[in-house]
Amino acid sequence: MTKQDNTESLTFAQTILREDIPQSLLPDEKALEIEKKVVEIDSHALNFGPQHPSAHGVLRLVLEMEGELVARAVPHIGLLHRGTEKLIEYKTYQKALPYFDRLDYVSPMCEEQAFALATEKLLGIDIPERAKWLRVMFAEITRILNHILNLTAMGLDCGAVTPALWGYEEREKLLEFYEAASGARFHANYFRPGGVARDISASLEDRIGVWAKEFPAWIDELEGLLTENRIWKQRTVGIGVFTTEQALAWGFSGPCLRASGVPWDLRRNQPYDNYHKVDFNVPVTRQGDSYDRYLVRVAEMRESVKIIEQCLSQMQPGDIKIQDPKFSPPPRADMKRSMEALIHHFKLFSEGYHVPAGSTYTAVESPKGEFGVYLVADGSNRPYRCKIRPTGFAHLQAIDELSRRGMLADMVAIIGSLDLVFGEVDR
Amino acid sequence: MADISVNPRQARLEGQLSSLAFTFLASQPHVSYAAVEKGELVVHTTREHLVPFLTLLRDDPRYRFEQLMDLCGVDFPARAQRFEVVYNLLSVTYNRRIRVVVCTDEYAAVPSVHHLWPCATWWERECYDLFGVLFSGQPDLRRILTDNGFEGHPLRKDFPLTGYEEVRYDAERRQVVKEPVSLTQDFRDFDFVSPWEGMLTLPGDEKAHEVRQGMKRSS
Repeated sequence: MTKQDNTESLTFAQTILREDIPQSLLPDEKALEIEKKVVEIDSHALNFGPQHPSAHGVLRLVLEMEGELVARAVPHIGLLHRGTEKLIEYKTYQKALPYFDRLDYVSPMCEEQAFALATEKLLGIDIPERAKWLRVMFAEITRILNHILNLTAMGLDCGAVTPALWGYEEREKLLEFYEAASGARFHANYFRPGGVARDISASLEDRIGVWAKEFPAWIDELEGLLTENRIWKQRTVGIGVFTTEQALAWGFSGPCLRASGVPWDLRRNQPYDNYHKVDFNVPVTRQGDSYDRYLVRVAEMRESVKIIEQCLSQMQPGDIKIQDPKFSPPPRADMKRSMEALIHHFKLFSEGYHVPAGSTYTAVESPKGEFGVYLVADGSNRPYRCKIRPTGFAHLQAIDELSRRGMLADMVAIIGSLDLVFGEVDR
Repeated sequence: MADISVNPRQARLEGQLSSLAFTFLASQPHVSYAAVEKGELVVHTTREHLVPFLTLLRDDPRYRFEQLMDLCGVDFPARAQRFEVVYNLLSVTYNRRIRVVVCTDEYAAVPSVHHLWPCATWWERECYDLFGVLFSGQPDLRRILTDNGFEGHPLRKDFPLTGYEEVRYDAERRQVVKEPVSLTQDFRDFDFVSPWEGMLTLPGDEKAHEVRQGMKRSS
């Protein structure tokens, strides 16, 4: 081959590459120089999302394909970035709380819990016992809500339609509990610094108790559809395998970490609220593939039901928020008669409370994994900085490593098993 | 005021953390500050010693902080080195957390730790995007959360909440257009430093105030 030929083929290859592949994916000039004989690869970039139903939101994934195989997966995030952290800096602590519902909109109360705990830590206050039990119970209801949606949606991505239809019925029952407790089906704003927003009625406790008896049968039905299903196993076993070392290095947490064989659960290892008073198992598997992540989540739902039952049996009537008018609003009836209650109410909802200067990193075990809040207070009534540590951010980042040399069709099984929600990833 | 209730396991943990803080202060000359704040171990170090120190924390069998859970920036415009970069590490083996803090400004780059923890890449990109903190040795220092063609670093304290530009779809031109932000009503930003609350210590109330601020423990 003459020199002239070389240059020509190189230019030709460059034109093809420049047209088809975005600039960010191009190899640099030096690599191109070396690979000049193999430039006519059967590689093409494929846009997965942001409108793809299996992308679980607004994930845009640029897949560099070699035929059917994924050579490289580049996630593009930020399409749902709403500047939550910046907005929180301009709100009082109470007004910042509802933003947390809108982060991971599939498990709102667990996110609230992280912020409430962080604020309480900086304030140095302790919440009443009943509030702790209510928080634990609703956090577990949230976990089941989240896992139902995740598992059934993952099934849907892999071609199993029925679990999703059944799952919505169960989710509806849980959302009714949400509504009965907080007044809202999704954006609950229920856990507040200092306790919870309001007490639940005895009839709601009974209804949750009845539901907790019935629900394990539904998990059995779900497992009957999926766990030993041949197609389901073909789609998930050995797909997206992550070893223990990889999972630790990539900052995995929650079910994804436990599926890779690390017995780590913040509810057990660094208990908050009343988790040290309940008895539950932490399911762990070893293979670290999509199927194992599914199994861990199914087992977690059973454990959550056990926790809910323990909460119901141990819960005593009592206060549901700290009885300090500087932190929790007075009852409505008091405001009609007591001038002091009226002033407190006004000051609380206009100015809020001042949090002493300090900083804390408080993490909770949200259904997806470790959800952390790094809160810096400067003594004023607004957070100086509120960094939200989203779980899915770390999981999504590893998708290139997880899917390398996998098939295109496996991509949806991997995304489904990571349990991504973009309200949280993009913030 | 009630103290935060700790279960025995957490109390034991706190003892271990304070001994760790003492160890770092004594054995690492670059550590300028190490203490247990509200049950959390905080260590301040310098940019030059960051990578060796974090490598030690990750690999030494005494510490084993295997996971980088979070990396974020905090902006303090009044300081000479205005940014704090905060690394939250977690040891799954010993069930401990540590917070490593380094300071930097707009121009001095912080060494990247992506070779220690591959997950650091996106956290560093995020910190660069939102604060403009530079990370040296990071091969992929692009914006991550903000829009294509965005200018400025939104989480800096001198960046206004409303931003500078807004986008909308122009039906005539049939495309998305960027325009300077126009607000029909100014953003209402109240400061609450009133004589009532801005003055935290009222005359004659010093004792109660000390207790309230946690400076002195009530017996």
